[in-house]
Amino acid sequence: MRTVIFRTIAPYLAALMVLFSIFVLLRGHNEPGGGFIGGLIAASALAIFGIACGVASVRRAIVFHPMSISGFGLFIGALAGVLSFFKNQAFMTSQWLIFDLFDVEIALSTPLVFDIGVYLVVVGAIGSIALALEEREAD
Amino acid sequence: MTPAVIDDTTLYAVLAPFAAAVVAPFLTRWLKHNAAWPLALVPALIFLHFVGFIGPVSQGETFVAAKAWAPSYGVNFSVYVDGLSTLFGLLISGIGTFIILYAGGYLKGHPQQGRFFSFLFLFMGAMLGLVLGNNLISLFIFWELTSITSFLLIGFDHLRAASRRAAIQALVVTGGGGLVLLAGFIVIISATGEIEMSVLLASPDIIKDSGLYLPIFLLVLGGAFTKSAQFPFHFWLPNAMEAPTPVSAYLHSATMVKAGVYLLMRMHPLLGDTVLWTTVLPLFGGVTLLVGTILAVRQTDLKLMLAYTTVASLGLLVMLTGTSYEKALEGAVLYLLAHSLFKGALFMVAGTIDHEAGTRDVTKLGGLRSLMPITFAAACLASLSMAGLPPFIGFIAKEILYYGTSDISALGQLGIMVTIVAVVGNALMLVIAAAVAIKPFLGPEVETPKHAHEGPVLLIAGPVFLSVTGVIMALFAHTTGVWFIGPTLSSLLGEFTQIDLHLIPTKINAPVILSFITVGLGIALFTQLDRMRSMIASALDAIGWGPDKGFDQAVSGIVSLATAVTRVLQTGKMQTYMLLTFVFTALAVLLPGYLSGSFPALPKLPEYRFYEWGILLIAVLGLIAVLIAKTRLTAIVSLGVQGFAVALIFMMFGAPDLSFTQFMVETLSVVILALVMTRLNLSPRDHRSLASSVVTGVVAVAVGLGLMLTLLAITQQPFDSRLSEFFTEFSRSIAHGRNIVNVILVDFRGFDTLGEIAVVVLAGLCVLALIRIKTRPSDEALAKSTAGQAEKQTVEAR
Repeated sequence: MRTVIFRTIAPYLAALMVLFSIFVLLRGHNEPGGGFIGGLIAASALAIFGIACGVASVRRAIVFHPMSISGFGLFIGALAGVLSFFKNQAFMTSQWLIFDLFDVEIALSTPLVFDIGVYLVVVGAIGSIALALEEREAD
Repeated sequence: MTPAVIDDTTLYAVLAPFAAAVVAPFLTRWLKHNAAWPLALVPALIFLHFVGFIGPVSQGETFVAAKAWAPSYGVNFSVYVDGLSTLFGLLISGIGTFIILYAGGYLKGHPQQGRFFSFLFLFMGAMLGLVLGNNLISLFIFWELTSITSFLLIGFDHLRAASRRAAIQALVVTGGGGLVLLAGFIVIISATGEIEMSVLLASPDIIKDSGLYLPIFLLVLGGAFTKSAQFPFHFWLPNAMEAPTPVSAYLHSATMVKAGVYLLMRMHPLLGDTVLWTTVLPLFGGVTLLVGTILAVRQTDLKLMLAYTTVASLGLLVMLTGTSYEKALEGAVLYLLAHSLFKGALFMVAGTIDHEAGTRDVTKLGGLRSLMPITFAAACLASLSMAGLPPFIGFIAKEILYYGTSDISALGQLGIMVTIVAVVGNALMLVIAAAVAIKPFLGPEVETPKHAHEGPVLLIAGPVFLSVTGVIMALFAHTTGVWFIGPTLSSLLGEFTQIDLHLIPTKINAPVILSFITVGLGIALFTQLDRMRSMIASALDAIGWGPDKGFDQAVSGIVSLATAVTRVLQTGKMQTYMLLTFVFTALAVLLPGYLSGSFPALPKLPEYRFYEWGILLIAVLGLIAVLIAKTRLTAIVSLGVQGFAVALIFMMFGAPDLSFTQFMVETLSVVILALVMTRLNLSPRDHRSLASSVVTGVVAVAVGLGLMLTLLAITQQPFDSRLSEFFTEFSRSIAHGRNIVNVILVDFRGFDTLGEIAVVVLAGLCVLALIRIKTRPSDEALAKSTAGQAEKQTVEAR
């Protein structure tokens, strides 16, 4: 599988896919997309990068263990629900912060933070499984 | 008096340690062990906050504050401040301040010191939430959080098997007890309809009149007895001494183990003063007191000696609470305060000795007096308080509790029994106190593994402060009584009470005589310490079995039961599992239609456009390719072709999100299945007999046909559009999003998604563990195929 063409293209492809996955994640609230699908795209980017360039270089590139990324995603997902506490509203009541930056409307919200959490959970969990499977293939 | 509503500061005081837990690792990376100084400010400030409550609470006022959590279930994050919770809040934050400092010195240079601080703060927050908890459900959550943080702290040195075992044991016993408590709370809620403790306490007879008193009593006791290490659940506490000493001083003497006693005291107005209460509690408490002290004498390890006396003290507290007699309860409150002070100090002394001399075995220690003078002074002050000698808070506690228990006119037979047990227990307690204070410090100097010297200020600040506090509180006995003991006693009795404490007994009466007997008996026993120790040791050897061993037997019993069940249910052949699963799926979808004889009518085929026919054709071609594929890899890829065709169908019929996800899941499934297949080392071709092909073919067609009929039946039902209308109408106006699917996932039904991502994380961890598992060659194929299946389920969970 590790042809020269694949090995050359894979890093760029993976980078593009991660970029695209973030795009999909962020547009999710209004257009098709969201954290789950974005996470799947990013996880397949990791898988491709791993098949082409070896699991070790993927692990170096993402710095943290994928399972830690997954756990962190769950953490901020839960944290996004806690913020409503400070306004004395029920757990996971969504909070919105909408403001204009250079005449562009920016909408920050707890559902966005939550969706980022979902994204990280999926990347981490699926990515770590794929990487672990690829790793064992070698030995 | 109805509680006054106060602002949210107290709620934030409970949450402050959680915030500190997040900051602690970073601060520790930056400041090393000196991070203890700024970190200790957090509990110190909380302490000051609670000091502000002393005045009003001693006037009999109570306070509540609440924030909504899940209001539709009546679950709120609410606090209730009265004498009892103020006393506990002060103990947790005050002792916590010194524990943080002590941990700074004790784990100086430890690579995981930041994590340790984090765990300690998590515990502190959980414990504060527990003792202030007003809402029963939030109280339970904090209760279990203390068990979990205790598990993390006991297992802190996770490379040692003994630590891991002790941590799991503590978690199983206290966490299991917590579940029993939850059941108790749920019974309370359903029997009374009330969920807030302050409301329950306002009508004290509400539980006794509910008709469910007995189950509530037993369930609450199950929680309290496991947490507070009452016999026969006492065994986890001494084992928990595997934890670093700051943990033993904080969790396993001063605070967490008192949570059970706290609960009994908190619920005393609701559950107490019944025949059941005054029988069961003194019985278990008394047995625990005697067992604890006797086992303490047996030990030579400083920490274990202290641990067993903690068990004994908890027994004493339960026994006194069980009398439901005002004076004895006053003794219990005093003893609770005294015990937290002197036992916290003694544990820290033991840790300092261990840290500086390299051992905490009393038989290998001696003559540290001149080398560690300040530690020695603190040890003396704390031990004298533990021994119950004047002028220490321990003395007043013992006087009052004797005064209470020896009041035969009020307690009768019970009083005599309790008094005898208390005298024997206290005498043995004095023996241990003397052994801990005298043996390591006096006598000739002994060669120790490390050259002993006085500990740094971080290590000695705690024991000195706590033991001196014990003296000051005794010297100003009247103030102590008015500020701390009276308000707490009021909480126990459910009515406002004021008390008057004196350090010096005003006349020679029963308590004074009992005190003399205790001291005399203690000194007599101390001279025979070595002989007693060997006698108890041989007696225990003769018995040979204890609850600790029983715990191991229970655990290994569960494991072998699980193994046996697994052997029966799991044959290890993937084909069998899949075949059975699909046979039952087919039956589930086909049988109802067959039995009722109502299969849906086949609809007329609509007019499809030519490209729609094209996509359907691709799907069919993909399926045919799967069937005729020569190698497994081709089959997997062909299955992917069919999946992509389905994704296209979703796309055309207006479900872009679904289609998008289907594309990704198909891609990842193919990649991962291919990876799993190449690792299974199967032959690339799939050889099977004609008979097995026919069987699987029939099952496959049956499942497909069944699902098709089910779908047809569903779509032929009239469509209830209320939900769709709701989401279409409100996703823009309430949730600011045009993509309804995403809005449902992250906002309207966000709580479901939270549960789902938690499942994804757990499934990921499990699959990872399965992949990493090192198995014997014969088991390997099984492990791999299971991993592959779990993987597929994870991906297709949506």
